[in-house]
Amino acid sequence: MLKNMQKNGLILGAFAIAATSLVVATQYLTADRIAEQQRGELLRTLNTLIPAAQHDNDLYADCTLIAAPDALGAPLQPVYRSRLAGEGNALAIQATATDGYSGNIHFLVAINDNGLVQGVRVLQHKETPGLGDKIELKKSDWILSFDGERVRSENDSRWAVRRDNGMFDQFTGATITPRALVNAVRKAVWYGQENSAELFAAASNCYTESTQTAAAAMNELEPNITELGE
Amino acid sequence: MNSEYRTLSKDGLWENNPALVQLLGLCPLLAVSGTVTNALGLGIATLLVLVGSNITVSLVRNFVPNEIRIPVFVIVIATFVTLVELTMNAFTYGLYMALGIFIPLIVTNCAIIGRAEAYASKNNWYKAGFDGLMMGLGFAAVLVALGAIRELIGQGTLFDGAELLLGEWASSLRIQLIEFDYPLLLAILPPGAFIGLGFLIAGKNWLDEKKREKLAKAPVEKAQRARVTHVS
Repeated sequence: MLKNMQKNGLILGAFAIAATSLVVATQYLTADRIAEQQRGELLRTLNTLIPAAQHDNDLYADCTLIAAPDALGAPLQPVYRSRLAGEGNALAIQATATDGYSGNIHFLVAINDNGLVQGVRVLQHKETPGLGDKIELKKSDWILSFDGERVRSENDSRWAVRRDNGMFDQFTGATITPRALVNAVRKAVWYGQENSAELFAAASNCYTESTQTAAAAMNELEPNITELGE
Repeated sequence: MNSEYRTLSKDGLWENNPALVQLLGLCPLLAVSGTVTNALGLGIATLLVLVGSNITVSLVRNFVPNEIRIPVFVIVIATFVTLVELTMNAFTYGLYMALGIFIPLIVTNCAIIGRAEAYASKNNWYKAGFDGLMMGLGFAAVLVALGAIRELIGQGTLFDGAELLLGEWASSLRIQLIEFDYPLLLAILPPGAFIGLGFLIAGKNWLDEKKREKLAKAPVEKAQRARVTHVS
């Protein structure tokens, strides 16, 4: 019996080693390409909010991780700085709305140096298809209604959906989703406005070994269980 | 020889279809069939894993003692799933993001270990590979059919987001067939997947029933001869 165990153990071990080597080799071959894809995806979104002409720095690299969980909805969020000839002119802040209809809504909001919103894009959400998913630009241009707006005070009452006497439309059949997003954008924009000098001055630390990379934070937000679990 | 391949194709695509008859792999089938693109992406991923694992299991079947065959199958399947996952992450990034957790979950698709155990571990590698191909095609076909039904009823389009799978040129594949003011939520949500699959299974049974009736009505002599050769 002992002999049998040894033999089977060795066979199983051999399979494990062969399988692991295959996986490691593939991982090695695809790693660069995957990093490039993540970077490309991030840059595409960033560039829809901050046009290429507005900056001459590398938006992807000029990134700092900010710990402001109350304002931004998660312990650490990346903030990207846009600069022209060294002069900072816009911030793209990643933030999270934690009170959506189902789960967190992750988004990116860009504000310029006057505190005006340049744009908002939802990165990931699990809202109801057909109702709450109108926050995606692909489904509806609602998200563009933030463009050019400004937050005048910390609790600016205009920053609410119409049902709450604010200036943003809700969706038919879905109020919770836009309400959550409007509030979260307001908080993030206010935070960006109030702390813009510090945000521009902060060191770029998104891609150091010790911190979680920003691309990972953005692209591997949460397991994407949209409908059925296992 | 030839007839064996014909039987394998017929089994995989129709008679013993993993999704419609064996009802295996329902978790991804129901969850990822919201659009044709997602369905096709997951269908291809499952097909690749199925062919790869079937061939490998068949090639090693003589070295693997019976008592540790299941752990070995699991290692083989998990490896192929990881390879497919990494490849999709590198080359079809948008689709990889859209399918999310369901790519790693292919590892638990019972259809795959089912074929390894029932067929690949008893047959040579090219037959096992062909069986994997046909079973994979059968599964993918049902996935795509369900995706098409749900996408059409739910949002009135076909091939929405095809560029995620096939590259930029494919964004022109998107067809808007019906314009809704409000999409039919039921079709997009999980209950729509169950109902849609129910109709597909009913449709298949109805077609089989028709065929049987036709055979029964055929001239008596021929039918008898057919029964002698095809019995059981």
